[in-house]
Amino acid sequence: MNTRFSIKSTVGSAPWIWSYAAAAVMALVTITFSRASGGLDLLTASMSFATFFALTGVAQLFVITLGPGNIDLSIPANINLSAAVAMQVMGGSDTMVLIGLLAAMAVGSLVGLGNYLLIALLKIPPIIATLASSFVVQSIAIAYAGGYRVQPPPGLKEFVRAKIGPVPLMALAAILITMCLAVLLHKTPFGRGITALGQNPTAARLANIAVERTRALTYALAATIAAFCGVLLAAFSGGSSLEMGNEYLLSSIAVVVIGGTAITGGRSFLSGVWGASFFLFLLITMLNALGASPGLRLMMMGIIICLVVFLASFRNAGIGQAVFAPLLKASRRPR
Amino acid sequence: MITLLQYRVLLPLVTLIALTGTIFILQPRTMSYFGLSLLFSFILPIALATVAQMFVIAVNEIDLSIGAYVSFATVTVVTYLDTDPAIAVGLLLGAIALHTAVGALIQLFQMPSIVITLGMSFFWGGCALMVRPLPGGHAPDWLTAIVKVKTPFVPFPILACVVLALLLHLLLMRSAVGTIFRGTGGNERAIRNAGLSVTGIKSAMFFLSGLFGVLSGVVLAGLIVSADADIASNYTLLSIAAVILGGGLFVGGIVSPTGAVIGAATLTLAASFLSFINVPADWQTGAQGAILIIALALRGITERYEH
Repeated sequence: MNTRFSIKSTVGSAPWIWSYAAAAVMALVTITFSRASGGLDLLTASMSFATFFALTGVAQLFVITLGPGNIDLSIPANINLSAAVAMQVMGGSDTMVLIGLLAAMAVGSLVGLGNYLLIALLKIPPIIATLASSFVVQSIAIAYAGGYRVQPPPGLKEFVRAKIGPVPLMALAAILITMCLAVLLHKTPFGRGITALGQNPTAARLANIAVERTRALTYALAATIAAFCGVLLAAFSGGSSLEMGNEYLLSSIAVVVIGGTAITGGRSFLSGVWGASFFLFLLITMLNALGASPGLRLMMMGIIICLVVFLASFRNAGIGQAVFAPLLKASRRPR
Repeated sequence: MITLLQYRVLLPLVTLIALTGTIFILQPRTMSYFGLSLLFSFILPIALATVAQMFVIAVNEIDLSIGAYVSFATVTVVTYLDTDPAIAVGLLLGAIALHTAVGALIQLFQMPSIVITLGMSFFWGGCALMVRPLPGGHAPDWLTAIVKVKTPFVPFPILACVVLALLLHLLLMRSAVGTIFRGTGGNERAIRNAGLSVTGIKSAMFFLSGLFGVLSGVVLAGLIVSADADIASNYTLLSIAAVILGGGLFVGGIVSPTGAVIGAATLTLAASFLSFINVPADWQTGAQGAILIIALALRGITERYEH
């Protein structure tokens, strides 16, 4: 056995390190450019906002791990509906917080099960099935909430804004939940079943993994996490709104991939989701600090996401080799 | 194989006829030249965007940026084409070139197209916002005249879609080049062993996708009064749904150009249909989702009978 420490092999087996490195660079650039605001304020803000990117990303990660083609496009609609349910059930009263939270998560798990049933019974590709279900879920949210904005209970509002030193309590709770989910994914038979399915469904079936049950539970789990995130988001932004989940559709996929997880499934890193979420928030902050127009900001975000994926596509090889090998191969190819 | 293909085109066609028939019964006044032009007024840009998506799906990739891309083309046309045609043409050609380059890079570096085009959707959205930060603009009168032309007997949007479907059918299903295009989605290695460049073919498909995306944006610009940077953002998911509804599969190079155009028409009509049967505004999106689910469920059932 080779026991020598090697940076290359360490990074190769832990591609999520890149997302933290990228986040650190962004933090340095932002602090340098924004001069006035302190680093601690930035830490607090980035942890709060990264929580929402990360939880939606974690939900997406579980579905993506299931294998090629698996994706959940219903996360935004699910967030909108569950948050509306939670706020209405809580009705601004602290005693109902737990019941409201459970109600929202129950709604979420139903949405997830609905997604699975569409995929399995109708044999529709997940991208289309979850798109269709998101239409239905969004309609239910519109009909249910009817445009009213219910204030979150004061206790819950206090919790999502509470801090220990500079660290938001909500972010700590979310990180703890992510750790539990990491144990679930990597150490339990259920979680290993998800990964096995993503690597080779036939082998997983032969290894006696309950394929359909694993799929169903994974879609339900992902939707439940998204619903939980919806409740936090509604509490954080002073009530639920019918569009508040929409910006998390693309970001949930982006943070999974930037975090080093394979989009084709079977190889996932929950820690990377957090690194990528910090990166994404800091990127937005940096572009704001530079005074970029909204258009330029979006454009730069697109370029940087593509660039990160581009760099990640050859993190196992040396960068020089990776850039030139395909070009050489292309030039040698017969015309 | 022939029956399989027939079913693939037949089912969306039956769905489309059923929808149109129901609308005719509910509102007989739509059964006229004017009624039909109104019902199908926005079908052409959606069909063109669907075709753009189809080219990419044919080679086993997916394009999540097409909505933002079409928006960019539309705002470019309404902002520059009348006053500075050179800038407009330059921007549109540049967009096609960049889209083609993205396709080439995806193949060269084996990057997941779903993520790269996701990033590109931010890019094109940003570009569109920079061209037109506030809603407004004006398409050249000649463009409006072309897309709103009154053709005899059959309204222009329907005529244009039929011609589009026929031309694409000839290109993709009946020509040697089309076989190679679809073959790349079916068996990449076979294409490579035949001495062809997969990178070249995928670039060509992204070029065609970029071209039709720009066409979609230009036609959309002629149809609307004023544009904003988000004008076509729902085309991304609409186009994917239409391709699949029209009998396409995400893998294997199995696509049907006629089916895709019919799928686009079905989804366009679904919206009109729902307002005709007095579905409350709150439930219209949901009912659209339900129509999509029913149409795909029917497809699943017919396919199971075939096997």
